[in-house]
Amino acid sequence: MTTLFYIAGAVAIIATIMVVTRSQLVHALLYLVISLFAVAVVFFTLGAPFVAALEVIVYAGAIMMLFVFAVMLLDVRAQKPPRMPRSAWAGPVILIAVLLAELVYGITLHDHALAGGSVGPTQVSAALFGPYVLGVELASMLLLAALIGARHVAAEPTGAAAGEADAGTTGPEEAPEVPPAPEGVQG
Amino acid sequence: MATVSLNSGLILAAILFVIGFVGLITRRNLIVVLACIEIMLNAAGLAFVVAGARWGRADGQVMFLFVLAMAAAEVAVGLALAIRFRQALGRLDIDAADEMRG
Repeated sequence: MTTLFYIAGAVAIIATIMVVTRSQLVHALLYLVISLFAVAVVFFTLGAPFVAALEVIVYAGAIMMLFVFAVMLLDVRAQKPPRMPRSAWAGPVILIAVLLAELVYGITLHDHALAGGSVGPTQVSAALFGPYVLGVELASMLLLAALIGARHVAAEPTGAAAGEADAGTTGPEEAPEVPPAPEGVQG
Repeated sequence: MATVSLNSGLILAAILFVIGFVGLITRRNLIVVLACIEIMLNAAGLAFVVAGARWGRADGQVMFLFVLAMAAAEVAVGLALAIRFRQALGRLDIDAADEMRG
């Protein structure tokens, strides 16, 4: 299990670096899927099979599907934003590397072994619907609010709402830029 | 069966978080910025699960589920904003939003 953990962790780190460095958006998203799969393997080796399955189903399945749909809707192939110049990000990256070194040093001051064994779906569900049931309700409210908010934000402003929301900003030039797909979404 | 040490898991979470943060500050594409936020949230969830596995309790996994729900909500709203961003500004470059001032 320890070997599996280190292999999967190395794959996760490499794939995540590729996400950050690829200039093609779709390639970056594919590497992100690999990274999420690798983290799922890490969860499995840590004795959390339920969370590993959810990582694959929700993160690599549902959330990445949202990303791919957004890429399809937006037709991002047409334009690639220029990369930020190296001088702009070299300083922050060096400083964050220093902070990471400090963090790793602080973590390594004390070591503990994990408890071992696996915490299965039964125990997780018992905790989820026992002491954490209020959090589950709040999460459902959050997801509902996100659903309504996403529908409201992504919908093209129509009628009176369009007059208020987009007054004078993008009115006439908006029509040619909109790809045909978003109108189909509203159906 | 030898188990993974707590440090290895936490260091992995820290490295993934920092890579996500570097991507957040160096990339300009709005979709990639959202993906980097996902990486950071995932790393935070990994730290929760590692800490839960340290004690053999389910609480860490419960917290990961909450992080997961929050990430799903965030990416739904974020991608909706990206679609509007593209419609309003014509490109996905986050620097385009500096025209929003005033």
